[in-house]
Amino acid sequence: MHEMALCESLVAIIESEAAAGGFHRVHSVRLEVGLLAGVERDALQFGFQVVTRGTVAEGALLQILPAVAQAHCLSCGWRQTLSRPIGLCPSCDGPLSVTGGRELRIKEMEVE
Amino acid sequence: MCGVCGCGDLGHEQEHEHELHHRQGQEVHAGHDHAGHFPRFSHAPGLSGRRMVQIEQDLFALNQRYADRNRQSFEERRIFTLNLMSSPGSGKTTLLVRTLEAARAAGLVAVIEGDQQTDRDARRIGETGVPVRQINTGRGCHLDAHGVAHACAELPLAGDSTLFIENVGNLVCPAGFDLGEARRVVILSVTEGEDKPLKYPDMFRAADVMILNKIDLLPYVRFDVDACRTHARSVNPRLAMLSVSATQGDGMAQWLAWLAAERAQWVRGQGSVAAVTGG
Repeated sequence: MHEMALCESLVAIIESEAAAGGFHRVHSVRLEVGLLAGVERDALQFGFQVVTRGTVAEGALLQILPAVAQAHCLSCGWRQTLSRPIGLCPSCDGPLSVTGGRELRIKEMEVE
Repeated sequence: MCGVCGCGDLGHEQEHEHELHHRQGQEVHAGHDHAGHFPRFSHAPGLSGRRMVQIEQDLFALNQRYADRNRQSFEERRIFTLNLMSSPGSGKTTLLVRTLEAARAAGLVAVIEGDQQTDRDARRIGETGVPVRQINTGRGCHLDAHGVAHACAELPLAGDSTLFIENVGNLVCPAGFDLGEARRVVILSVTEGEDKPLKYPDMFRAADVMILNKIDLLPYVRFDVDACRTHARSVNPRLAMLSVSATQGDGMAQWLAWLAAERAQWVRGQGSVAAVTGG
């Protein structure tokens, strides 16, 4: 639901990079999106198209790179990469420690 | 200068660096028009040709910076801050009004109200005599830390007090935006589905306490309290759980006791942090 606002943040970063870095057109943007970040890929693509209109990134390709999370059970030592959030260890119902998966990071852009 | 983030006076046209948050539809800066803050880059000869630019910027980082700053300010002034979140219609404002009546007796309190439109909730809170500031997010679906910083600057906020922030009614987006609060409260009412913790796990995972509201209606609705608690615990094993009826007063004593205990624990935590940094 807030993908539109996130796209506005994204475009603001791109615009300030354009002003600072001396480019006037963006061809593609690579964005790392954690699978637990609560961000919908389709909504992000749609928002990006709408929000980039009239900016240096108009028509640019948004490449979404999924980032997984690592879960580790504090009781039994179970470990796995997660592509969706879970609350308790599936093996022993123990508490999980989860790292990563919440990224929403611009990695790089192809510009001109 | 507004003194909160150094963004200049209202209506001030000066250029500054923190464009991002002003583009999220927050109307805290009434008349603070940032259009034209993005000078279009004019093409420089000799710089043409495609190239890759590495950026490594996190989109949540800006909100997090403001949230960290808010948290530090709250800790320095010992303002115990709670972020109240729920879907629309769960009874957040009624619970808050009832809470304020009791909390005022225990110490100083203030409120920030978040809604897309209108100051209706702020007026309801204002009737209790508690200082209140309304943030209208416009089409924004959640409060953000920058808007909260500005609302705080406009509030008479005393030290050693409690600040309640009532977020926009929405079980999705507010979960992703830290405001700098000390505790997160999620409110669910028995007129909703008991499986909401499973359907909106991010919110329940991010919360410290779940308040089940409108329990006076349990005889009239199909709501399995035990199943709801089991669902909530499955997404967040550390979640504290309370049941109240804000309109009838059931469970309010337990909720107020939870608030007092959490505040005391938080203050002790600040004391030890201060002692460590002071030493």
